Amino acid sequence: MAEDVKKPEELIQIDYGPPKRSWMDPTVKFERGSYNYAAVKDNQEYLSLPFPRKWQPYEDDWQLPDGWEEIIFKGFKERLEKYRSLRIFMDICVRCGACADKCHFFIGSGDPKNMPVLRAELLRSVYRNDFTTAGKVLGKFAGGRKLTVGVLKEWFYYFYQCTECRRCSVFCPYGIDTAEITMMARELMNLIGISIEWIGTPVANCFRTGNHLGIQPHGFKDSIDFAVDELEELTGVRVEAPINKKGAEILFVAPSADYFASPHYYTLLGYLQLFHEIGLDYTWSSYASEGGNFGLFHSAEMMKRLNSKIYMEAKRLGVKWIIGGECGHMWRVVHQYMDTLNGPADFLEEPVSPFTGTRFENTRATKMVHISEFTADLIHHNKLKLDPSRNDHWRVTYHDSCNPVRAMGLLEEPRYVINSVCNNFHEMPENTIREQTFCCGSGAGLGTDENFEMRMRGGLPRANAVQYVHDKHDVNILLCMCAIDKATLPPLLEYWVPGVEVGGVHEMVGNALIMKGQHDRPTDLRGTPYEQDGKEGDDNV
Amino acid sequence: MNLFFSLVVIAVLIALPWLLVGAAGLDYLFGVIVPYVALAVFVVGLIMRVLQWARLPVPFRTPTTCGQQKSLPWIKPSRLENPHSTLGVIGRMLLEVLFFRSLFRNTRSELRDSSRLTYFADKWLWAGGLAFHWAFLIVVARHFRFFLEPVPWCVSVMEGLDSFFQVGLPIIYLTDVIIIAALTYLFFRRIINPRLRYISLAADYFPLLLLLGIAVSGVWMRYFDKTDIVGIKELTMGLVTLSPVVPEGISALFFVHLFLVSALLIYFPFSKLVHAGGVFFSPTRNLANNNRVKRHINPWDYPVKVHTYEEYEDEFRDVMKAAEMPLEKE
Ligand code: HEM
Ligand code: SF4
Ligand code: SF4
Repeated sequence: MAEDVKKPEELIQIDYGPPKRSWMDPTVKFERGSYNYAAVKDNQEYLSLPFPRKWQPYEDDWQLPDGWEEIIFKGFKERLEKYRSLRIFMDICVRCGACADKCHFFIGSGDPKNMPVLRAELLRSVYRNDFTTAGKVLGKFAGGRKLTVGVLKEWFYYFYQCTECRRCSVFCPYGIDTAEITMMARELMNLIGISIEWIGTPVANCFRTGNHLGIQPHGFKDSIDFAVDELEELTGVRVEAPINKKGAEILFVAPSADYFASPHYYTLLGYLQLFHEIGLDYTWSSYASEGGNFGLFHSAEMMKRLNSKIYMEAKRLGVKWIIGGECGHMWRVVHQYMDTLNGPADFLEEPVSPFTGTRFENTRATKMVHISEFTADLIHHNKLKLDPSRNDHWRVTYHDSCNPVRAMGLLEEPRYVINSVCNNFHEMPENTIREQTFCCGSGAGLGTDENFEMRMRGGLPRANAVQYVHDKHDVNILLCMCAIDKATLPPLLEYWVPGVEVGGVHEMVGNALIMKGQHDRPTDLRGTPYEQDGKEGDDNV
Repeated sequence: MNLFFSLVVIAVLIALPWLLVGAAGLDYLFGVIVPYVALAVFVVGLIMRVLQWARLPVPFRTPTTCGQQKSLPWIKPSRLENPHSTLGVIGRMLLEVLFFRSLFRNTRSELRDSSRLTYFADKWLWAGGLAFHWAFLIVVARHFRFFLEPVPWCVSVMEGLDSFFQVGLPIIYLTDVIIIAALTYLFFRRIINPRLRYISLAADYFPLLLLLGIAVSGVWMRYFDKTDIVGIKELTMGLVTLSPVVPEGISALFFVHLFLVSALLIYFPFSKLVHAGGVFFSPTRNLANNNRVKRHINPWDYPVKVHTYEEYEDEFRDVMKAAEMPLEKE
């Protein structure tokens, strides 16, 4: 956190009154803390993207390629012909304003252009000007705007101030999904070499090494081996964690942060414990070591390029089906895009749990099961020995990650698991969970240090709801099933609600799981000692 | 500015028939030609619009899911908020179109004491919007009395219901009151709420004013002007049977009403009013969430540059070997 960061008391003085000036005049100021750095030239080149160059958003001259307006016009036209969604969303908004205060960035910043409707209008105004008769004839009176450098800068600013969370789409009477509009706008900007560093770098790394941080195969193996050693210290049980093992039944793909970041790491320990305890025949892959897919935040094409590895690797290793770990946008891609992009997965078998015999019929085509679906099924069939009191030091609440909820509907599975492994679970207020859940404020590539202030603003509604259960129920941990959440909620809570930790659902599973042959486990997975009131040791074998 | 522009256009639209019909005797133009042209533009325009949408590909299946998915057999799926079958989708769409389901969720957020965010249910827009649309639908349906002879029984039944709360003569239709009240609310909402005023374009004020103009002129004719109904029916039946006549003695007010309706018909296909058709095509609402069950094909899918395992192993073979990781080629 830099030193010039505003204090929470200061940041929360939010003015929701719209300014005098019409929104049609583009005005953007690139102030510290509220925008992201430009994509790095080398990475753009590595990915063979157009117009790689050194530039920064705060510079006056963005070194736009000659004829950039024409490039965008053509790209826009092409997408209007390729995506019914885009055309419909451009055509039918009635500006009823229902979506206006549904966006966390508007709630946290008061900036009217963070109302989903106006965010969309930034693109729509150009659509009207270039593609509709009324706009061509009446221009400004019909709400049309010519694409100028000023408008482009506005696009960059506000389309990288949308986390593609889809909350607005839930409330729109026509389901207009500003996330989709943001995706399209970002694709258009990519055409002239405009993107951000925290998308370009992870994407390039992931393309090359299989994960966002660019960890090479041996480094990946080290991380996993390290976790195995640590788990032995914590539990006395030595688990196996095979990597690139041919002929395993199941390929497991997690977001890479699970094996190199904290508090993700404790979730990794949970997975390892669980798979060992039930005796799952599975393998990790170093090549497909990233479930998270920052290509989603870049373009449909980049999403496809990165996602291709999962099926290719499943085929190479000859597994029967795939389990995916705790990650939000990964599951948007897996659930809504993977089969279309890189299927059909006809070389895999329809997933059947080897322990309960449950057929995961909801994954018949994709053949990829969410870990919480898998675990919930195990618990439901009494296949796990659990002691929820080992999580009694945690008073938990659960953050629904945007994508698994609004692009899949994963609501009850995690709750069932949490309720089975924790005794103190308190929901946040109903307008802030489930399909109405508030974003962490840092998704879709925006989770950078340079964007810190805007992240704190965007995360305000989420933090505020945590504050509520923290005050009311003394909640001290926010559980979530998303790698971006686990990376960005800790600073968010430290800023707004100090005293609340962040953890994963399978971390709680790991704590509660009684393992065969375990020694006395005096600490939880974080190494925090249990209080010595005799309660914890009881069930140990 | 946007409001002013809309007001001027509306004033012109009212003044044109008002001044010209009486003075210049352009009855045939306003009574026959304009309505025919308007109807043609409306029908052709709307069909073209719908066909254009229908032709466009839907590359990905991206419903916005607002409830529990169908997964494990013992977890109850939300069939309407997160439909996994066509039947569910039909249910979801019916709720959206008939009852504005999503708008019903509307909340208002407020920051209290600069510290606490609170969310209130806010159903006003939903109620106002629904009232307007249903009243509009019924009013339009009631107009079939002017276009059909004999008047179908269902139209009569509807009229009976609509005038259920009979007060005095002539019969006052409930929907007449509702449509004007609802439109007035929707219009003032846009002007009074600063946030809405900020986002409103001319294209937002104009249709509301136009609809208000239509409703008010219609009501005025019916309750205050006591227009010559027989003459009007002669005209409308003439239009329907393609043997147009313009009888004597129809008031200018009627021509204003008819002209505004014509303007609405012409405006409709080229404006946000096409939401009436577009809502049925919205991919976040009209698709089933069966993504992992049934493969969705992208018609314009194309091969992309990928990074194969072979390329990966070639680059990292040495370190992988040193770490004793399995290899394809030693
Ligand atoms: C399938 C049919 C239709 C559906 C589902 C539908 C739905 C909606 C919804 C949900 C809204 C937003 C809420 C509101 O502002 O009231 C809206 C607005 C509006 N609708 Fe419709 N509508 C339909 C047909 C029509 C038709 C036929 C007209 C008129 C000719 C119309 C005129 C309007 C207008 C003027 C607004 C904007 C209200 C405002 O500016 O505040 N709609 N519609
Ligand atoms: S809720 Fe939908 S129709 Fe209403 S302003 Fe927002 S995007 Fe437009
Ligand atoms: S998708 Fe999320 S971040 Fe983007 S405009 Fe909608 S509510 Fe805001």
